[in-house]
Amino acid sequence: MSTDSAKYNLPDEKGHFGQYGGKFVAETLMVPLDELQQAYDKYMQDPDFIKELDFELQQYVGRPSPLYFAEGWTNHVGGAKIYLKREDLNHTGAHKVNNTVGQALLAKRMGKKRIIAETGAGQHGVASATVAAKLGMECVVYMGAEDIQRQAMNVYRMKLLGAKVVPVTSGSQTLKDALNEAMRDWVTNIDDTFYIIGTVAGPHPYPAMVRDFQAILGRESREQIMQHEGRLPDALVACIGGGSNAIGLFYPFIDDATVKMYGVEAAGDGIETGRHAAALCAGDPGVLHGNRTYLIEDKNGQIIPTHSISAGLDYPGVGPEHAWLKDIGRAEYVSVTDSEALQGFHDLTRIEGILPALESSHAVAYTAKLASTMNKDQIVVMNLSGRGDKDIHTVATHEGIEL
Amino acid sequence: MSTSASRIGQRFQQRLDAGRKLLIPYITAGDPKPEITVNLMHGMVKAGADIIELGVPFSDPMAEGPVIQKAMERALHYATSLSDVLDMVAEFRKTDNETPIVVMGYLNPIEVMGYSEFAAKAAKAGVDGVLTVDIPPEEADDYISSLKNKGLDPVFLVAPTTNTERMAQISRAGGGFVYYVSVKGVTGAGHLNTDEVSDKVEQIKAVSKLPVGVGFGINDAASAKRVASVSDAVVVGSAIVRRIEENATNSDKINSEVCKFIQELRAAID
Repeated sequence: MSTDSAKYNLPDEKGHFGQYGGKFVAETLMVPLDELQQAYDKYMQDPDFIKELDFELQQYVGRPSPLYFAEGWTNHVGGAKIYLKREDLNHTGAHKVNNTVGQALLAKRMGKKRIIAETGAGQHGVASATVAAKLGMECVVYMGAEDIQRQAMNVYRMKLLGAKVVPVTSGSQTLKDALNEAMRDWVTNIDDTFYIIGTVAGPHPYPAMVRDFQAILGRESREQIMQHEGRLPDALVACIGGGSNAIGLFYPFIDDATVKMYGVEAAGDGIETGRHAAALCAGDPGVLHGNRTYLIEDKNGQIIPTHSISAGLDYPGVGPEHAWLKDIGRAEYVSVTDSEALQGFHDLTRIEGILPALESSHAVAYTAKLASTMNKDQIVVMNLSGRGDKDIHTVATHEGIEL
Repeated sequence: MSTSASRIGQRFQQRLDAGRKLLIPYITAGDPKPEITVNLMHGMVKAGADIIELGVPFSDPMAEGPVIQKAMERALHYATSLSDVLDMVAEFRKTDNETPIVVMGYLNPIEVMGYSEFAAKAAKAGVDGVLTVDIPPEEADDYISSLKNKGLDPVFLVAPTTNTERMAQISRAGGGFVYYVSVKGVTGAGHLNTDEVSDKVEQIKAVSKLPVGVGFGINDAASAKRVASVSDAVVVGSAIVRRIEENATNSDKINSEVCKFIQELRAAID
């Protein structure tokens, strides 16, 4: 461990991770963001709030999730021991709920009656609608019209949960446009509405707040690997769209210099084709959705439509903390293609009997590559961020099968 | 009243001294196609515009309602870039060296060009003020100094949620005029409350020497008249852009309809 004085301690009070992050929003949101920051700081120090949050995470979400030694897959890959952090076993089937429970409880304490959210794959929308149903709050979810097509099951789940799903037909009709539309709703209904952002992007304090709510999965992983192996892992692997599951895993290990971190972006059809969503691997710094970060943009600063088989990774930006961890070399960012991710999907399903989400399948594919280059006494912890039931239609369609 | 030497400051002073409130129409550059923009700007001046606000198309315009979103999509169909917009301003300046121009847009195109390079090019083209929706003063030290170094006014927004402390901070950071966003919402929203606007304008004037323009939600002559009675300038955007959208296939009609509307607004506020 490093000494206290060298401990990682970002963002700064203005929400900056080096040159990244910050608060790049229209004036209407500045005071509400300050109020959110104050409420967040206050309640994270409030023992009653923490007790309520811990209780819900344990009893409602089902935490802690197991850290599972994937023995069969380890043998198949033939290298380092692979552990899977089973966020797919959470209520609603992904890590997203860790954050929505936290933000919804905060919304309730702040006296807000209405929740809005953006969603790509639908997992964050489902997790928001779920918590809204439980707390008796109105919920509106913005979702790109294209994503509504490819995630019909999650759309129906949200409706069953009582949420209103609003199709977004502007721009590229995917996650980034859903975020634009949710911001427009928020600015219009600022008095009674709480915007639950699902990833570690957006203006400060969202990247730090979402990270803190997701960090429970990293803290658990740290304790669990110590129980299983008596030592820290050699490497962490997680997929990255906005980067919430990755930062949740990475954050509690940032000061452990021996633990390598790999964030896996979506290379889509291949980075060289231009049809990808790999902002850190192939993008440049810019400002979008309230923060400065790496973006997929053209030479004029327009955001370019992205592509990934996984709707949850189909986003042209990335959380600002990942941008910083890349620049300082603390984490390494890599990418895998749609077809590599599909191979990972099938491998884990057949070998371990675990159906990973297409998002998580990107981490699966890279973990196999990485672990095969490592020794048998080394350890990799991979975040299995969600389950793949929602993706069965996408996989089938891709393989020419009609269900 | 401001004694700023900028073209914007002078125009405010001359007009207000003459007892005339300012009319600031907004169009998106390149909407519905790039070649009509400069002509339309000249037409708007003839019809009674005091300052022109020229929108820079952006792929993700988070503060815009559907009308201006679609305008930006139309302009981006022709790949209208920030450089193209500055070229349009330079073209406009060949025959109009009087009317101040404020370019309004989002930070990323400016960020990618670089603040200094943008400021130099904008000043050379004849831009007077720059309103960037998504950069609050807290993040804007380099941006402001780059603009001011080239004699450009950084125009900032004040919103219904802005407290008096921030109003003072914003007016210290800004130049030209303070743009008061009259509703909580996106451009083109409804629910304009003139009494609330009047209160806010008074609050801004108590802490700021800059004139105050009011925009968002002013969609006809009647609302323009009401807002003009409590502010220094009226900004009209979506209501103009809607007329462009309705006549998108007929350039002559765009000109005549927009100019007719601006004449109505002019008559109402005078």
